[in-house]
Amino acid sequence: MNMRSASLDQFRKSQGTWFGGLAVAAVLWFALYGQLQPFARWLVAQLPIAPGGHLAASVEFFFYDTPKVLMLLVLVVFAMGVVRSFFSPERTRTMLAGKREGIGNIAAAGIGVVTPFCSCSAVPLFVGFVSAGVPLGVTFSFLIAAPMVNEVALGLLFALVGWQVALTYLFFGLSIAIVAGWVIGRLHLEHWLEPWVRQVRAGAVDLPDRQLGWTDRFEAGWDAVKEIVGKVWYWIVAGIAAGALIHGYVPAELLSGIMGADAWWSVPAAVLLGIPMYSNAAGIIPVIEALLGKGAALGTVLAFMMSVIALSLPEMIILRKVLSLRLIAVFIAVVGCGILAVGYLFNALFS
Amino acid sequence: MKDIKVLGPGCKRCQATEEMVKAAARDLGLDVAVEKITDYAAIAGYGIASTPGIVIDGKVVHAGGLPKEDDLRRWLTA
Repeated sequence: MNMRSASLDQFRKSQGTWFGGLAVAAVLWFALYGQLQPFARWLVAQLPIAPGGHLAASVEFFFYDTPKVLMLLVLVVFAMGVVRSFFSPERTRTMLAGKREGIGNIAAAGIGVVTPFCSCSAVPLFVGFVSAGVPLGVTFSFLIAAPMVNEVALGLLFALVGWQVALTYLFFGLSIAIVAGWVIGRLHLEHWLEPWVRQVRAGAVDLPDRQLGWTDRFEAGWDAVKEIVGKVWYWIVAGIAAGALIHGYVPAELLSGIMGADAWWSVPAAVLLGIPMYSNAAGIIPVIEALLGKGAALGTVLAFMMSVIALSLPEMIILRKVLSLRLIAVFIAVVGCGILAVGYLFNALFS
Repeated sequence: MKDIKVLGPGCKRCQATEEMVKAAARDLGLDVAVEKITDYAAIAGYGIASTPGIVIDGKVVHAGGLPKEDDLRRWLTA
């Protein structure tokens, strides 16, 4: 029995199995993906719902978007899981330590997009960076970019709203992370860190190098799918349900009145509304999709999304362990101003 | 006896890592003392930037994410 499980193990670990399996999975994925819209129509037609009504529109949006978003998410998360196996917070830190501000902020924001990060390890990461000589402002650039401009947000925006919006989001998300981090660095607020943080003098540790083959990287991708999709799927279903309600029931005139480009106060309102709201990027994007479809202004919607993802109350509470309240206030103010600027800029450009 | 420390603020993955370490040591028939370090300052003192981390006899062998079974055995028997 031992021999059999050993050979099974070998089969599972062989590169050929992975490459072959991935090719089959990709073909199946695209075949299935093309059938989602007709399938949703057919499903709605089987239900006792009057065609063409509010309810039919909502239900079809839900049936179409749920499998679509989940399938896209699996694809994006797998690909990014493989890419991320080339990066680790420890390696990122080595790259950033001793970097000058400016260049350091740009590098930190860029690396923040691809470095694995979850908010539960925000504190060890923050302390680990600062104590190893990464400047405070550079650390903030990383800390802003990592959750805001992540692969889930970009992949879903790309697929659901279009590549123009996705690229714009990438560009301005990075800009906010770079500028906000730079501003915080200029303010020299190191003395507003909690005292214990400044006393940690660790220096970076040398981890034994792990030799990763392609099989390991594919396994890392699959692990990412299991973990992330397993963790966010209910956010997504909730987000799609909210999007479906908006899609079917909220009149376009109402939304474009409240969230249109003419309502100047809608951008700050969207930012303020976004702070206490906490959602994963995956949950908020179906809502974004529905709002845009109803004529909400792009700048206002992007500002809302950035605020929900980048300025989240739970993360602030976690970060309170290392930052004084004043420093958190500065953080919210600087990032909030950046988001406001992006919102207004877009509404001016695309109206 | 090996002195093993699992570093982590108490997230789910940190607990899973601790279980994995204990199970691997049991399988290998090793005599180990596993201690959990949850204090942020103490964790940072080991110089890692992601959790969970594993320290064996004072040496950091792993940081970030669940360890692989094979690696774990290798570290424990080294």
